[in-house]
Amino acid sequence: MSEITMLEAIREALFEEMERDPAVVALGEDIGVYGGAFKVTEGLLAKYGPERVIDTPISETAIVGAACGMSYLGLRPVAEMQFIDFIACCFNQVTNFVAKSHYRWGAPVPMVLRGPSGGGVHGGPFHSANPEMYFVHTPGLKVVYPSTAYDAKGLLKSAIRDNNPVLFFEHKFLYRRVKENIPRGDYTVPIGKAVVRREGNDLTILSYAAAAHTSLDAAALLAKEGIEAEVIDLRTLLPLDHETILSSVKKTNKLLVVHEDTRTGGIAGEIAALVCEGAFDHLDAPIARVTGLDTPVPYSPPLEEEFLPSIEKVAAAARELAKY
Amino acid sequence: MNAKLTPEQHLELYYFMQLNRQLEERLVRLFRQNKIVGGVYSSLGQEAVSVGTAYALEPRDWLAPMIRNIGALLVKGFKPRDIFTQHMAKYTSPTHGKDGTSHFGDLKVRHVVSPISMLGDLIPVMTGVAMAGRYLGQKIVALTWIGDGGSSTGAFHEGLNFAAAQRAPFVLVLENNQWAYSTPVARQVPVRDLAERAKAYGIASKIVDGNDVVAVYETTKASVEDCRAGRGPVLIEVKTMRMKGHAQHDPAEYVPKEMFDYWKVRDPITRYEAFLTEHKLWDTKKKAEIDARIERELDEDQKFAEESPMPKPEQAKEGVYCEGCHTIDAEWKRPKKEVMPPAASVEAIWKVADFGGIGVEARVAVQAASAGNGAKQAAEAVEEVAIEKQPPMRVPFGRGPKDRAFERERQEKHAAKPPRHKRRRR
Repeated sequence: MSEITMLEAIREALFEEMERDPAVVALGEDIGVYGGAFKVTEGLLAKYGPERVIDTPISETAIVGAACGMSYLGLRPVAEMQFIDFIACCFNQVTNFVAKSHYRWGAPVPMVLRGPSGGGVHGGPFHSANPEMYFVHTPGLKVVYPSTAYDAKGLLKSAIRDNNPVLFFEHKFLYRRVKENIPRGDYTVPIGKAVVRREGNDLTILSYAAAAHTSLDAAALLAKEGIEAEVIDLRTLLPLDHETILSSVKKTNKLLVVHEDTRTGGIAGEIAALVCEGAFDHLDAPIARVTGLDTPVPYSPPLEEEFLPSIEKVAAAARELAKY
Repeated sequence: MNAKLTPEQHLELYYFMQLNRQLEERLVRLFRQNKIVGGVYSSLGQEAVSVGTAYALEPRDWLAPMIRNIGALLVKGFKPRDIFTQHMAKYTSPTHGKDGTSHFGDLKVRHVVSPISMLGDLIPVMTGVAMAGRYLGQKIVALTWIGDGGSSTGAFHEGLNFAAAQRAPFVLVLENNQWAYSTPVARQVPVRDLAERAKAYGIASKIVDGNDVVAVYETTKASVEDCRAGRGPVLIEVKTMRMKGHAQHDPAEYVPKEMFDYWKVRDPITRYEAFLTEHKLWDTKKKAEIDARIERELDEDQKFAEESPMPKPEQAKEGVYCEGCHTIDAEWKRPKKEVMPPAASVEAIWKVADFGGIGVEARVAVQAASAGNGAKQAAEAVEEVAIEKQPPMRVPFGRGPKDRAFERERQEKHAAKPPRHKRRRR
């Protein structure tokens, strides 16, 4: 056991997977000599060489397309978006070529597309996005969004070993802020399984990524007021863990969904529909949500703070729910 | 046309081109009988491109067809029934009804990647195929086609640039059939020869008569071998003509009649038949034999397709994910330890051969190996490309003898050439 950051955990997963399987290669902008914009891939080139750690031109479409082509020959490429916002540049490759490949013609695409996402670091409208829902809405992809160092390492390993294309979102606010004692060596965390981070009976707070930490902090605050919230970290957004969500709602009878992504079309809406279909009779209150604003992520700190879910906003929404 | 192919190969080229044409004619008839679910995208007049290029590949090589490259699929070993069932959306089709037309492939045996409708996207994908093949030591070449229209996409640029930077064993056949749906080339691209674009990527290019199957074959063959030797990608522009509309629904009334006339007399199959006769590679009996074989195969496969069942509705939800239905196995043709530490380990620094200034004597080492994912065979083929030594740029700013000499030389040069506007013809 040793205490490492989420960023180090991701790096550890990459090193271990490249050591385990020579079919694993990495490609992206500035990932080699420079070690990546956030230094996630630092040291990878020195150890595994330029055939396996490939610095690419600034061509997101070429990065994803080439990774897809490599996977057709049985490689397991891990492609990096320097910032996940830039995935918009290769939307077509991801959603039309990669995602539909197995369904259309039975060609699996065992690749991972990973990159730093999310706000809270004053990155402005083009370095703070949470574009996960475009891809949650795309059949054929898997979408993973961890919130802890342990999960990041275990889920990235699962993603690399998966036979399907996995989008791996790394919340950059958490990169160096989350530290954890995690086991050395090999372990995996299954894709498609949510986890209960805190048990409680009064209401369920569903969340993921940085907002999962906000939710846990809010739950601690609420506990002092006598409200016991159950906090669930989704970890995987596609496929969604229906079972864990429904069983918690059936237990607490109240649901609050918290996410940093914008409100309209965010996963809270999908979860609300799912709960209405599967546990409507168990609800004692309307489903509530605390989300990012329906705006781009603004640059200036007071504006960004207003945009993001906060402990206060989550606690306030939970108090309202608890009144029912 | 000169004949380096064996007589058998010559006849095989005819067989594939004629099979391609007769198959498509049947698709048109089936379309009119309402037996085709979607569209039929005719490659009439372009058969020599599909067949001649694909024929230059070896079985281990990879290709990815575009919508008008049915001939290439036939060369790669797919059967007419695959094409019939795909168009008729039958369960027996290679995609079991999930997709139509030429949108299918085969990773394991025929090494064919399925296209998608968004043009240009195959270029980065096939670049990845070429890079992976090199990494695994397979000595393969990847080939795909792009139309004159598709050459304006961003994916074309990103893919070809990446392939060039990687010196990937990748052949891009730019199938210039003069029309992007209804828009002629001149309205899309301000250069006459699309092959000129290769210069911008620092790669080799060739132009070939796309209606001469032997020329297409030989040009592609040479390019494929160049690629295999590690000399980097090649762009081949084939000049041809789409003799029908974009698809069956389109009567192509926007095409000048004279243009059809021009190309009709250059029909690739009629020309090749004359070539075979002229070189005594066949006689009427042989031709009749091949034609009868084609008819027989098409009859059989069309019947198979027509009698095939449609997929069952509940199959719509199957196959979104690979849930253990496929195994992912890379075919290693080199020792794995070459790509593992310590053999793979390097010092993580850039070697910069040229500092990028103007007029400096520069030698650019084209470093396939250090450009990333460059396998041994490519590394051995590293060439040093000498950049032409340019005289240092001079900006006259003083009155010294050198500046005066420079100024004088410049004026003399100008005097020799009349100003631009005076050169124009009245």
